[in-house]
Amino acid sequence: MSGGEGTIVQFDNVGLRYGTEREVLSDVSFALYPGSFYFLTGASGAGKTSLLKLLYLAQRPSRGVIRMFGTDVITLPRQALPAFRRRIGVVFQDFRLVPHLSAFDNVALPLRVSGVPESEIRKPVADMLDWVGLEQRHDARPATLSGGEQQRVAIARAVIGRPEILVADEPTGNVDPDLALKLLRLFEALNRLGTTVVVATHDVHLLKKVPDSLIMRLDRGRLADPTGALRYPPRREVS
Amino acid sequence: MSKLPSPLRRNAPRFGGGDRAGIMQQSRLAGPMPWVIGIMMALTVIAAGAGLALRNLAQNARAEIAGGVTLQILEGGPAERARQAEVAVALLSNREDVAEVRRVPDAEIEALLEPWLGAQDVPEEDAIAVPALIDVRLVGPVTPRRLDELRAALAGSVPSARIDAQASWLAPVFDAIRSLQWLTLGLVTLLAATTAAAVWLAARSALGSNRDTVEIIHLLGGTDGQIARLFQRSIGLDAALGGFAGLLLGLATLALLGRQFARLGSGMIAGGSFGLTDWAVLAALPLLGMVLAMLTARLTVLAALRRML
Repeated sequence: MSGGEGTIVQFDNVGLRYGTEREVLSDVSFALYPGSFYFLTGASGAGKTSLLKLLYLAQRPSRGVIRMFGTDVITLPRQALPAFRRRIGVVFQDFRLVPHLSAFDNVALPLRVSGVPESEIRKPVADMLDWVGLEQRHDARPATLSGGEQQRVAIARAVIGRPEILVADEPTGNVDPDLALKLLRLFEALNRLGTTVVVATHDVHLLKKVPDSLIMRLDRGRLADPTGALRYPPRREVS
Repeated sequence: MSKLPSPLRRNAPRFGGGDRAGIMQQSRLAGPMPWVIGIMMALTVIAAGAGLALRNLAQNARAEIAGGVTLQILEGGPAERARQAEVAVALLSNREDVAEVRRVPDAEIEALLEPWLGAQDVPEEDAIAVPALIDVRLVGPVTPRRLDELRAALAGSVPSARIDAQASWLAPVFDAIRSLQWLTLGLVTLLAATTAAAVWLAARSALGSNRDTVEIIHLLGGTDGQIARLFQRSIGLDAALGGFAGLLLGLATLALLGRQFARLGSGMIAGGSFGLTDWAVLAALPLLGMVLAMLTARLTVLAALRRML
């Protein structure tokens, strides 16, 4: 696989192993297109979280090539990574909220990291918290929030910087079906604004809720791509 | 949703809204650090103050005896001793390279020697022979060549004369002072190194305590420099607080010691008092301590972060 015009992410024969263990990801090749919605599925231990870690640049692969935003990110010096990470929003499976910061400050963190002046932070963060239905919980610490509320703070933090890619690891794992659907609608809304969304989930019911989504299925570290839609160039047009 | 700012285009070295130390847990950074830095700073101020006082003391003493020569008339006979002393004074007074000549009065010499020899209330011929002393101040510094010239000038008419530079008498004292100065410099260096080591430990401990937060900031696109700045700012505040307290404690100790030494009434020790520059140097120590602490914290954190992705 070469080139990759029009893709936002391209994996080419990527393999990942931790230490001297066997590979948790093997020969993973796919391309993601701007503005698309992807579900990453697979059984527990299939390598979903490892693949997402590669996507949000928390891990370097053991082999293969990863191109993001037209750049080979494997050979990038680590000083260059922050600029790429700012273009990616992440919803972690365990939320990873900063425990001593309020919901407001957690959501404001990506903006502060990016050096946005304080005067330009207040309104967008407040609006974002309102958008995820936490208008009354701005000052609450994560420990005082329910699982669903923490989830929404994590999502608000992931999208506040208008990332080009949103990566979410089991974002509906801790919430009831109604809230799961609401969160999914939130991702769709963001997707309509142009963000490429990748949602890792083992909830098969969720996959049918987004009609135009593409499904990436991992099986013991290998990516199944029966339709060829994930290949570059694709066998069919990605809607 | 209102129009969001565009943070992605920014690559700011600082966090928005200033380097918000609130991002890291302050209680984990503070702890005993201000106390440790305060104690170190107090010891540094005392050591540096002692070093400066010794330098001033040596400088003043050197200036006082610069050009000073002592002429002794080592003659047993009192009459002959007195005659040679008069000749020597006359000869030296006529020389252009001599600024001042003063024969030390016998009464003054006796008073100086009384603690060791007792009162010389015996007839002159029975008293212990004491050399006549002539205090000479040359124009310019005393050099071995100039001493030789003086010896040659006096050799004929004042055969019992013995000439010594006053600096040579005090050379062992100056050597001892120089050793003490090196000792204080060594102490200041050791204290600085100890402070840096304490900051290194504190920074590593704080980094360990805040590891999860650091990882999150990294994944949100935070740079090593931004994270290091959070730690250096926090440790800088600790250092400023501790350094100021340490400065006050050190200055109080120096003032107390100064008062004790002043009571000795020694002219040489009085020469060790501080000038305006010395006070400025002592006052600058907390600032230097703060810079050292912040630099150490920054380098420690950056080195640790380099091992993370």
